[in-house]
Amino acid sequence: MTATLEIDGLKVAIGAANVLRGVSLALQPREVRGLVGESGAGKSMLGRAVLGLLPANATIISGSITFEGRNLLAMHETERRKLLGRRIALIPQDPMTSLNPVKRVGVQIGNLLRHHLGVSKRVALARASELLAEVAIREPARVLSLYPHEISGGMRQRVLIAMAFACDPALVIADEPTTALDVTVQRQVLQLVERLRQRHGSAVLFVTHDLGVVAKICGSMTVLHGGRVLEDGETADVLARPRHAYTRALLAATPRADRPAEALRPVPPALIEQLWSEARRLDRLTIAGPT
Amino acid sequence: MADLALSSPVVRQSRLLAALQRGGARLWVGAAVVALLVLVAVLAPVLAPHDALEQDLMSAQLPPSWIVGGDHAYLLGTDSLGRCVLSRLIYSARTAVMVALVAATLAALIGVALGLFAGSFGGWVDQAISRLIDVWMAFPPVLLSIVLAAVIGAGLTSVIAAIVVVDWTRFARVVRAETMVQLTRDYAAAARVIGLSRAKLLRLEILPNLVPLLATLLAVEMGIAILVEVILSFVGISVSGDTPTWGSMIAEGRQIVYQAPWIMALPIGCIITSVIGFNLLGDGLRLALDPVQRS
Repeated sequence: MTATLEIDGLKVAIGAANVLRGVSLALQPREVRGLVGESGAGKSMLGRAVLGLLPANATIISGSITFEGRNLLAMHETERRKLLGRRIALIPQDPMTSLNPVKRVGVQIGNLLRHHLGVSKRVALARASELLAEVAIREPARVLSLYPHEISGGMRQRVLIAMAFACDPALVIADEPTTALDVTVQRQVLQLVERLRQRHGSAVLFVTHDLGVVAKICGSMTVLHGGRVLEDGETADVLARPRHAYTRALLAATPRADRPAEALRPVPPALIEQLWSEARRLDRLTIAGPT
Repeated sequence: MADLALSSPVVRQSRLLAALQRGGARLWVGAAVVALLVLVAVLAPVLAPHDALEQDLMSAQLPPSWIVGGDHAYLLGTDSLGRCVLSRLIYSARTAVMVALVAATLAALIGVALGLFAGSFGGWVDQAISRLIDVWMAFPPVLLSIVLAAVIGAGLTSVIAAIVVVDWTRFARVVRAETMVQLTRDYAAAARVIGLSRAKLLRLEILPNLVPLLATLLAVEMGIAILVEVILSFVGISVSGDTPTWGSMIAEGRQIVYQAPWIMALPIGCIITSVIGFNLLGDGLRLALDPVQRS
């Protein structure tokens, strides 16, 4: 069986700074993998690399990104665009700014459907209405006629989730979709992603820094730090028996209902320092070449 | 899974009404002045009491009718050749409106196209277009128009051409900057991720966001176009001599300003009113169309 997504030894630099230092991970069809790490770990960069959204000054030094057996990096731009939105979709981080402010919700969903499925305007609107009903929005027809600023943040996020799953993608990259929402809305959004994923048969790469989220919906997880994979495995295994010191430190720093708040431990600075010096050593090795 | 309903029935009469309200007095006054101007221009043959070229040397330099010595046949008096000032003002509006609409629109089309190009491609394309704009803007605009009109020759077309050639930079520069800003917004990235090509991205996503800005610029540019036309006709290189224009009326009135000041004052009043009208309209449109102001 071909993996949905296979990233192999991906190295990306922005200017002189390395942001990904040889990341490898794989996503099987229908798998939900959490990608966790602190800010600057490179987790968003990884998502952007898959989507072809790296900033203009970023260079891919080596490695490959394979989607359903096809190398995304070697693919022609137009070829790749056909996959985006249709086979590979994104749930963006900030629902407040990710919809076009001057276009009605219905027009935005409709354009997506017409662009990829080539359906008529009328069919697209009908389908858009179904999609909104699927993400449990009441009065979908009315919401379609509204502008983004006229609906709540939670509803905007649902619209974006509906758009991501609209064309039955094989892979959905969820880039911290819950960070900008308050906690009560977060849970609903997670349930929604889970439900739509099952219905549309998509694999999900869930980028987050929230281990609670990973425990809830991800079957497997990858821990990233300084652009390297520190730990990788089934979520249950990793959480129960973390092998890397950093994962253990992260777990100790995560609040849990069954532990008093005083038990929280920040990640020790010495450990962070050690990880970064390892990363820098890796950079030197790369420059010197393998010996 | 909880259903999510609209929290409150979104109270909204009609979007048009709301927009008009946001525009406020500026929008109303501006639109009224501009509408009046256009109406006068279109209906000139109906509105004008006399032929604008008809000379009545027996009644030259008559003051407006309410002043002692005025004639009721000539509401705003006559010029030194005995031509009806009111009729000439009305007919002049035709040239002004024509130049304002056509020149500003053409300048906008060229400017927007180049601005979008520069803003979205970046790199050497952007460099080339931006440097071109810089060089272009280094010329004093009125001087450039005068030289151009003198080179191409007089006539309505050459006035319009001169304005377009000079003023496309105004649009190009603003559109370039705004395109760059809009492209960094999350919605643009989200649109790219659904696989839109550059052309589609610009047309479907970016351009609609530039509309408020463009409407404002266009209205202001129309005011500027009127001014440039006035300057060109004042120095005598606009449309041919037998077509009345506000600029040529000022030029003629200037020589007898001490004897008959109204001949010069009236066209100046028309110019000021119409330029203010266009500027107010631009301001009002900005308020009415700005998505941030919508709520």
